[in-house]
Amino acid sequence: MTSVRVENLSKDYTLRGGLKRRTLRAVDRVSFELSPGKTVALVGESGSGKSTIAKLLTRMEKPSSGSIEVLDGQQRQVADAHYRRHLQMVFQDPFASLNPFHSIEHHLARPLRIHQRTAGKGQTYQRVLQMLERVNLEPAGQIAAKRPHELSGGQRQRVAIARALAPGAQVLIADEPVSMLDVSIRLGVLNLLARLQREDQLAVLYITHDLATARHFSDEILVLYKGRIVERGPSDEVILNPQHDYTRLLAQAAPDPERVGQVLNTGLGVDRARIDNTNCFNHFTGGWEQLDRTETQLPAAHR
Amino acid sequence: MSTISPERLEAGATGKPPVLSVRGLSVVYESQNPVTAVKNASFELGRGEILGLAGESGCGKTTLAYAINRLHQPPARISSGQVLFHDSSGQELDLLGLGESQLRDFRWQKLSMVFQGAMNALNPVRSIGAQLDDTLRAHAPGMTRAARRERSAQVLTRVGVDPGRLRSFPHELSGGMRQRVMIAMAMLLEPQVMIMDEPTTALDVVVQRDILREIVRLREELDFAVIFITHDLPLLLEISDRIAVMLRGEIVELDQAATLYRQAAHPYTRKLLASFPSLRGDRGAFVRGGTADDPQEQS
Amino acid sequence: MAPFNDTKTTSGILADTGGDPAPEPAGRATAPKAAWRMLLPSPTPWLVIGLGLILGIALFGLLAPLFVQDPNAISNIGLSSPGAEHLLGTTQTGQDVLAQLAYATRGSLQIGLIVGVLATALSAFFGIYGAYLGGFADESFSLLSNVFLVIPGLPLVIVISGFVPRESRGLWTIAVVLALTSWAASARVLRAQTLSVRNRDYVQASKVSGERAWRVIVVEILPNLLPVLASQFVFAVIAAILGEAGLSFLGLGASSSSTLGTMLYFAQNGFALPLGAWWWFLPPGLMIALFGMGLSLVNFSIDEIINPKLKSVREARKLSRAAARAAGAQPRKAAAR
Repeated sequence: MTSVRVENLSKDYTLRGGLKRRTLRAVDRVSFELSPGKTVALVGESGSGKSTIAKLLTRMEKPSSGSIEVLDGQQRQVADAHYRRHLQMVFQDPFASLNPFHSIEHHLARPLRIHQRTAGKGQTYQRVLQMLERVNLEPAGQIAAKRPHELSGGQRQRVAIARALAPGAQVLIADEPVSMLDVSIRLGVLNLLARLQREDQLAVLYITHDLATARHFSDEILVLYKGRIVERGPSDEVILNPQHDYTRLLAQAAPDPERVGQVLNTGLGVDRARIDNTNCFNHFTGGWEQLDRTETQLPAAHR
Repeated sequence: MSTISPERLEAGATGKPPVLSVRGLSVVYESQNPVTAVKNASFELGRGEILGLAGESGCGKTTLAYAINRLHQPPARISSGQVLFHDSSGQELDLLGLGESQLRDFRWQKLSMVFQGAMNALNPVRSIGAQLDDTLRAHAPGMTRAARRERSAQVLTRVGVDPGRLRSFPHELSGGMRQRVMIAMAMLLEPQVMIMDEPTTALDVVVQRDILREIVRLREELDFAVIFITHDLPLLLEISDRIAVMLRGEIVELDQAATLYRQAAHPYTRKLLASFPSLRGDRGAFVRGGTADDPQEQS
Repeated sequence: MAPFNDTKTTSGILADTGGDPAPEPAGRATAPKAAWRMLLPSPTPWLVIGLGLILGIALFGLLAPLFVQDPNAISNIGLSSPGAEHLLGTTQTGQDVLAQLAYATRGSLQIGLIVGVLATALSAFFGIYGAYLGGFADESFSLLSNVFLVIPGLPLVIVISGFVPRESRGLWTIAVVLALTSWAASARVLRAQTLSVRNRDYVQASKVSGERAWRVIVVEILPNLLPVLASQFVFAVIAAILGEAGLSFLGLGASSSSTLGTMLYFAQNGFALPLGAWWWFLPPGLMIALFGMGLSLVNFSIDEIINPKLKSVREARKLSRAAARAAGAQPRKAAAR
């Protein structure tokens, strides 16, 4: 029953352009919590910092400031050596996240052995089969023997999910887990994630740019714009009653089949250049929160 | 199993005569086990109509687009069918029978294409202006240099890009702007038909909406027909007049957008529609609280 | 089906989802195909000829010395053209050319192999390990290889060789010198490839799973580098043999041993060309050329593994030629009308 508490997390990157150096603040004082059995969606466009947050949480990068606390069931900080037993990630690209050289069994067996979940080849193999069955990949024996290129995208993503859960992870960072899958398969994979969450009381961070699945799949939504959270609240509230300009822009921009043939009439009504991400609307408290301005400039908006 | 009745094949949405007729087109990939990528595709594209072509990966929509353009490469081979282009001058062209030089004249003048991943189709070491210029020189050899420059500037302004950017290089532009440049490039000679293969897929949703509005606005201004290929069905529902749904090489449904949304006839269309949860509506098949989940994908 | 996905472009995301193969039919239950089998090249004529040449010459170098006469035996015949007793004639001092060729081939192969292994090991260390570490280590390794790259190879080899006194200029000295001057280019290639693989999701995924660094390199990255490594090894061998031949021809080669280059050196000194003694310089030259050709042909096949697109281009051409022949009787236009 692991939970995660992120406080004032920031990440700066130094960009070198010729002789000049610029600091890019990819993530600016982001705070949120992940609790067992709940899904938090992190919504934003590319360049908003959501992938950076994933990298910070999985310790692929070090934060420039702020803290990430991973607390076990007794509210104690998890030891560094066990960090990866508690927190794992599902990558976006099912075609790139599995090594084409190795079999599926290898992909699942390695995390088991690294984190000493099993002892000996026989036990490991049995666990591998169990895990494959859990993510509905059957017949498990045949799938385990295959190589990634012999599976479809949806199957690979299920393997990736199984791999993430192999160490016994309680916190799952799902970085756009279905955006590269065929449309008709996305449903199945997201429902699978939901089932696994219910069964294991996982804390899930669902990173996406798709507002619709964010709403239906998560309990809470955080809207990220240029590294800062500009709106947070229960999913339905944020989508049906957006307060911040940026959230409104996103909601309007998302394709809505109800507006058949109305493309030209949908005025966006929001001036992109004037979106202010120094304040954030918190639906839980029902009020605006101010982030004081910093010196570091963020890059200009793309059209 | 196809649910197209003969009446529906006719271009109904705009009430205008057809500009492109595809009849019984089949494309085969001659590999170890020959694969029929497109099976007997038939449809008509009305003048000034936006026809959406929806389907998932591997359904054959890109192959179909390439075949219409005769851009397909071996091992792809058109095994049967007919593609007729009804020029605005009244002439009727059999696209599959054109010779090389006739095809070159035809391409870009009458029909142009915006390719998938178009944002990265620009040559990184040449300026935008140079590339637009190249296209004009290839397909409209009669134009003078001044006329070409003027046309390039004009076409950029049309898509909402500052003509001063003619001297910029592709890496200096954002993704959205590069996509606009590609659309501008396709519009250079004011073709009657534009085929767009996933033009907005790699773009953010806000930029995507800008581009879509641009396309629809240009269509209103210049009255060209568009075949818009994508897997994003809700997007098609918003901008298309009619939508064709492809599954495993066949067009399984072809209907007016509104009708398709409310009364999809084919089970696959309904499945596709169900895969897109409505932003503001109910959650449909996305079940978080219940126990339903797909036992195994069917491929 | 390729270890590398270099064909993928950054925005070709959906282009890749189109590559979904259908899942295998349910009835099949097989053990995982040995991973290295995926890396083997397909048997094209190139590969067959190349391998044939290499194996033939290697066998010759290995076994022939057991069957030929003493290469150093001087006799009174003097320069004589090929005949019954001396299949490839004799040198100026009556030494049997065929025997010399056998021993010289062995010597050259030895050098080629030693230098190949040394150079590949050096380039693997500086290229792969440096790229994996990143940061300062990567920068300094990269700087080192760039410096070595800029220094002109052959002149450096000549200078070092000339500097070492003739007595201590053994096979190993020459091998080390050649290896030191040829590892840099290969290191750059390996570094580039490693950088590309290092950032792939599956490497990140194994790190996030908790794999230790050395295992990530050996288990995840290295298998995907094997074809490039093999190709670089082959290049190193070719360069070694040619380089050694050049050195020996200039009189700067390994003094004690006999190689194809030393044979050419003696042929040159014995005025073989003006005297028309083609049997003296042609065989060693031809041997070098054929061995180099064999290695290069094998490298073409390895190229197809590294860049699977080459393979599909070749196969597409073959199939479309077959299809065109089959469909020749029924022109497309007739069907269209």
